[in-house]
Amino acid sequence: MSAPASGLAQIGKSVVIKGELSGSEDLYLDGQVEGSIALKGNSLTVGPNGQVKASVEAKGVVVQGKLEGNIQASDRVELRKSAVVSGDITTQRISIEEGAFLKGKVEISRADTK
Amino acid sequence: MSSVSQNFMKFFRGSSGPEIAPEQSSQKQTRRSSGLGELSRSWESAQGLCVLDLGSTSPTNIRHFTERSHRIYSEDLLTASTDPELHTTDEQGNAILDSRKFLADNLVYPAAHFDVVLCWNLPDYLDESLVKPVVGRLWSVLKPGGMLLAFFHTREAGPDSPCHRFHIVGNDTLEMQKIVLRREARRGPTGAVHTALTDGFQLQRVFNNRHIETLFRDFASIKFFLARDSIREVLVVR
Repeated sequence: MSAPASGLAQIGKSVVIKGELSGSEDLYLDGQVEGSIALKGNSLTVGPNGQVKASVEAKGVVVQGKLEGNIQASDRVELRKSAVVSGDITTQRISIEEGAFLKGKVEISRADTK
Repeated sequence: MSSVSQNFMKFFRGSSGPEIAPEQSSQKQTRRSSGLGELSRSWESAQGLCVLDLGSTSPTNIRHFTERSHRIYSEDLLTASTDPELHTTDEQGNAILDSRKFLADNLVYPAAHFDVVLCWNLPDYLDESLVKPVVGRLWSVLKPGGMLLAFFHTREAGPDSPCHRFHIVGNDTLEMQKIVLRREARRGPTGAVHTALTDGFQLQRVFNNRHIETLFRDFASIKFFLARDSIREVLVVR
């Protein structure tokens, strides 16, 4: 499992948050979050201990833990082999490792090119 | 805070976080599929199809459909059927699975939503109490004219036929991968960690052609493809 890079905003595994999370920097989330997560232009990583019950909007999303909620990523979604995701995924690109569990829809939405 | 934590643990013990996670054998076999071939021809010129894959999450299948600009839903019904909370008894005291709870938690989609449903070998391995309710639900979520592909073992396959995952690798070609179940490690109330390695899903029954026709009697048409490997492929149209 990849460890968070230094300088990255982090929510540790003992932290429990209920509410709306938003920000303008990348976030590594290894705790419990219920609500919504909005990181437009930035990336969200759900760590192996992460348990998220929220809608997610971000530029990129990497899931190693558990996530229930829809994911909207303007760039890319990665489900690692330990990921357990229940929800619909809309993104430009997706990578799913063998062993990842997904219950939901995958829809590729290409950005308009000029 | 503690109640939020408790709710999270309860949530992830539910059907959305399976208690038993399938592990895949590294061995894959390639198999030609006439049923898949016919399906592929029907969607060759189609755009924006809505597909439901009822097997284990398959990155290969997801890539196959999304590269063609289709939407794909993944829902592993066999794993979902292992949820311990489904266990109940019928009026005679026989152990069954609660089909009403199963359908409340799974296959929850609008009516006439899907163009294609990939059932794979689901009916052969699914618990008896769930087969007919699931097929009934699949009928309702398929669009009129929508197609469903299912595989059924013949009697020659034998009772110990392993359960496989299916990956689409060509217009009429599948990769089959044997499923081996491994129970996730769980900490019991005393703190002891429990793990157990169990075999894959067991073949529940062998359908004959008449049984298959009865199972899909509400569908408009049914087509059989008999393969050399003791598997009957069935393509039904709603």
